[in-house]
Amino acid sequence: MKKVLALATAVSAAALAFAGPAEEAKAQSGDLTLCWAAWDPANALVELSKDFTAQSGIGMKFEFVPWPNFADRMLNELNSGGKLCDLLIGDSQWIGGGAENGHYVKLNDFFEEAGISMDDFAPATVYAYSTWPKGSPNYYALPAMGDANAWFYRKDWFSRPDLQAAFKEKYGRDLAPPTTQMELKDLAEFFQGREIDGQKRYGAAIFTERGSEGITMGATGALYAWGFKYENTPGSYDMEGAVNSADAVAALEFYKDLYECCTPPGYTDSYMQESLDAFKSGQVAMAMNWFAFFPGLHKDEKVGGDNIGFFVNPGQKIEASTLGGQGISVVSYSDKKEQALEYIKWFAQPDVQKKWWSLGGYSCHVAVLNDPSFKQSQPFAADFLLAMDGVQDFWQEPTYAELLLAMQKRLHDYVVADQGTAQEALDKLIEDWTETFEDEGKL
Amino acid sequence: MSAASAHSVVESKPWTRHLAGGVVILYALITILPLVWILMTSFKTPPDSISYPPKVIFEPSLEGYVNLFTTRTRQTPEYMASLPPPENWVERLVRDRNMVIAGPSKFGERFLNSVIIGFGSTFLSVFLGTLAAYAFSRFKVPLKDDLMFFILSTRMMPPIAVAIPIFLMYRTLGLSDTHLGMILLYTAVNVSLAVWLLKGFIDEIPREYEEAALIDGYTRLQAFVKVVLPQAATGIAATAIFCLIFAWNEYAFALLLTSGTAQTAPPFIPTIIGEGGLDWPAVAAGATLFLIPIVVFTIVLRKHLLRGITFGAVRK
Amino acid sequence: MDDSSTAQRIAKSAAAATPPAMARQIRGLSDRAIAWLFVTPTIILLLAINIFPLIWTVYLSFTNYRANRLNREVEWIGLRNYERVLTDTDIWHTLQVTAHFVGWTMFFQVIIGFGLAWLINKQFRGHSFWTTLILLPMMLSPAVVGNFWTFLYQPQIGLFNYIVAFFAGIEPSSFQMIGDVNLAPWAIVIVDTWMWTPYVMLICLAGLRSIPDYIYEAAEVDRASKWRQFWSITVPMVLPFLMLAVLFRVIENFKMFDLVVELTSGGPGSVTELASINLKREAFEKWRTGYSSAFAIILFVTVFGVANIYVKALNKVKQR
Repeated sequence: MKKVLALATAVSAAALAFAGPAEEAKAQSGDLTLCWAAWDPANALVELSKDFTAQSGIGMKFEFVPWPNFADRMLNELNSGGKLCDLLIGDSQWIGGGAENGHYVKLNDFFEEAGISMDDFAPATVYAYSTWPKGSPNYYALPAMGDANAWFYRKDWFSRPDLQAAFKEKYGRDLAPPTTQMELKDLAEFFQGREIDGQKRYGAAIFTERGSEGITMGATGALYAWGFKYENTPGSYDMEGAVNSADAVAALEFYKDLYECCTPPGYTDSYMQESLDAFKSGQVAMAMNWFAFFPGLHKDEKVGGDNIGFFVNPGQKIEASTLGGQGISVVSYSDKKEQALEYIKWFAQPDVQKKWWSLGGYSCHVAVLNDPSFKQSQPFAADFLLAMDGVQDFWQEPTYAELLLAMQKRLHDYVVADQGTAQEALDKLIEDWTETFEDEGKL
Repeated sequence: MSAASAHSVVESKPWTRHLAGGVVILYALITILPLVWILMTSFKTPPDSISYPPKVIFEPSLEGYVNLFTTRTRQTPEYMASLPPPENWVERLVRDRNMVIAGPSKFGERFLNSVIIGFGSTFLSVFLGTLAAYAFSRFKVPLKDDLMFFILSTRMMPPIAVAIPIFLMYRTLGLSDTHLGMILLYTAVNVSLAVWLLKGFIDEIPREYEEAALIDGYTRLQAFVKVVLPQAATGIAATAIFCLIFAWNEYAFALLLTSGTAQTAPPFIPTIIGEGGLDWPAVAAGATLFLIPIVVFTIVLRKHLLRGITFGAVRK
Repeated sequence: MDDSSTAQRIAKSAAAATPPAMARQIRGLSDRAIAWLFVTPTIILLLAINIFPLIWTVYLSFTNYRANRLNREVEWIGLRNYERVLTDTDIWHTLQVTAHFVGWTMFFQVIIGFGLAWLINKQFRGHSFWTTLILLPMMLSPAVVGNFWTFLYQPQIGLFNYIVAFFAGIEPSSFQMIGDVNLAPWAIVIVDTWMWTPYVMLICLAGLRSIPDYIYEAAEVDRASKWRQFWSITVPMVLPFLMLAVLFRVIENFKMFDLVVELTSGGPGSVTELASINLKREAFEKWRTGYSSAFAIILFVTVFGVANIYVKALNKVKQR
């Protein structure tokens, strides 16, 4: 025991001595640190950034956080004034807080100096990922990764004659990707519990996650399709009758029905990874997920290639998709803003953007998107353009996290925990949001 | 855990003893099962880990450990075919999954952070705690009982509640996400445990030893260093291990006050993800490496465990 | 024994931690001065990292401060935050959830913990080894272990579901411990009981061993039945120990965060959202710093108050 003590004393003293220099070493190294979520496109960005290091001599370090913890960790980092990230690829909803609280560097002057024009990027992405206040020419990020929530399905199952016949007999139409949300549910119901190749399969993997943003991102896919609006008049914060409209109630009830009838067992807290798992393991016929994963899915040995098909979020009353995607921003607490800006300048070049797309990143540059060959470049490329035409986003207010958490709670309580009605859930949501806006002095 | 004194009336009959033994052993086996399962999962391949029914017999693999320490990217078969043959078994293992190693993972760094912050804060809290405990044990400190209770009461705050002002304070002082900040915080939390435990240990050292030393011409400080400290060494070691275990296991502060540079392993391990879902063998491998030191310490400490977990209130 | 030489080396290194000039100065210090010198660093540290922040929290609880809105003016809003916390139905819901969790974990841990201690005290062969095994879970990191339990709880592939299904003769995928509204509150109780029963057991064991044999011998002479002996000797003698164990566990479980957040993160819906999890959401996700400070103070006062009352009761039991 006493020898252990002596050893521990020595180790502890060494640990203490190490603690100070460790921090200094981090600050002194010239490497840039880029923070993003841990997912397929991040790996592509690592690959892409090797070119930047080769050209500029600036080393790149990465801090990738899994999605369920990403917002939590990164917003905490920003709010603590931390210097972990020099560059941050942050979610579209963070832009309001990033701008108003001074976390992000305003990029207008830099864009002018570097000859970067926002006209070179798709307008919807500039609006969503870069501007604050929304739509004004004040830029806090460069559109880095376009994204929206969409669907993919087992093309091999959809093309089986026996299943096609069975479907036709039951629903009186061909077994094909859905064009409305209601058709989507029919398809999901059709596959739910069906035995294919001796294994029990399920209808659809949808987002039901509670902790971060999952269920909101999933359910808004239905809500937007039913014409859901956050306000009666944009900018008025007048939510009564919009958020809890009859259509919104119908859409939310639909999402709950879909959850209850057609998801695999245990799908009470699932988001991106769970949806991928369910699909890759052959559990489900259809799944929702972000476009970001589609290149990887298409490459999958078992369910990819000819076995997978893609479709945009089906409309109901209108065509609409839930917006994902991020812009790249310079963190104002960084000691290496110059190098960080240099990275953005490099990243904005059309050639780099083209390579970005080829590696699996969704470029927002018009040189990529408007290229005539773009639609054929990947089986989901045309769908991507279609989806980006009708994207809608959650509140981007500085208090977005509070608004989101309220919605997460109300939706999860209703859809998964089966408490109350859709009408009550949305009514309570308006109460929560009203309180938040009142606190902000906006109401 | 001394042997039973052999009184016929008190000692239970052999069959009750056997029955008691049987029940306890059964409970022990059930309770240890999740831990054994962690160990087993760490040596499974990802497909084996999520097979149904759960596999008890499987071919052991180091894939979990390899995945724990590396990041990998999936490549097309054409690209894989174009690569030179793998240099070592690690590469071979990764390539069997159509992937190549992209670099080291963050696990090593996070583990090192745990070591630095754990040992650093343990050293400081034991150092401060020994001094304070000695003073409380031997001298008349005004308001002694109040101070002792005050030191203890700091542990009643929920960690999240403490983290709110600490977050603001560290933001102002630039201590957010630093090793120093975490060491100071853990020291502040642990020093209460250290004072209470060490006071108990020092109380047990007869005052006569020091008094003899004082008569021999030692100053009070010399007596403390040359007489009390050696006598208290076992107690100090036990206290140190308890402080280390707390700092090692701590999650809430690490989650809220660190983001990368000084993040420790507990908030990191649950976020280890593989391609397509949680990589359970890698998570289990991380958990195994992280838990083993504590298992060893628990066995070393078993005689002092009771005292440690009750702040010295129960000494057996 | 080379203990003394090792110890001396440690003593030297400890002495070396004090700079020589200072050491010379304090060598001749009075006892009183040494007492202060020894206590002060700890007090300063606690003042800086515990008390000052606590006072700051009290101040913040009277304001509308938000830690993520640096540019916003901080207003003094009096007791408004307290009023809001106490009238918030969601807060009362989390307190109910916490009460359910604390109540049932205590119930199971006391019963099982005491039972195990009683059995171990029968001194069967190898009891020391098995006791150490049983103690392992409570020493481990709750976050890491809690996270792994989500794997054990997976419907179908999870070991827990598989074993339960095997013995109950049902489909392993027919129930979900952490996804089901009715089962999730029990899922967290099970894991906490698994983890912390050894704690209660260890303290009870100390209580059982503190009972001198002659009391039983005297009872035997009086021809008291084993049952009588159990209720009139064993239970009352162990009670102070048991109450102490319950005190520590109640405080810890009232603050519970790491284990449950990794297991269920409060879901499904909010059925396992304990007070600490809610507090974390309010303080570090919604960034309602003032409001959550008020909640934190209320929680602290509750724990502190209950603990004080309890300690008084404990002392009464001890004196009996």
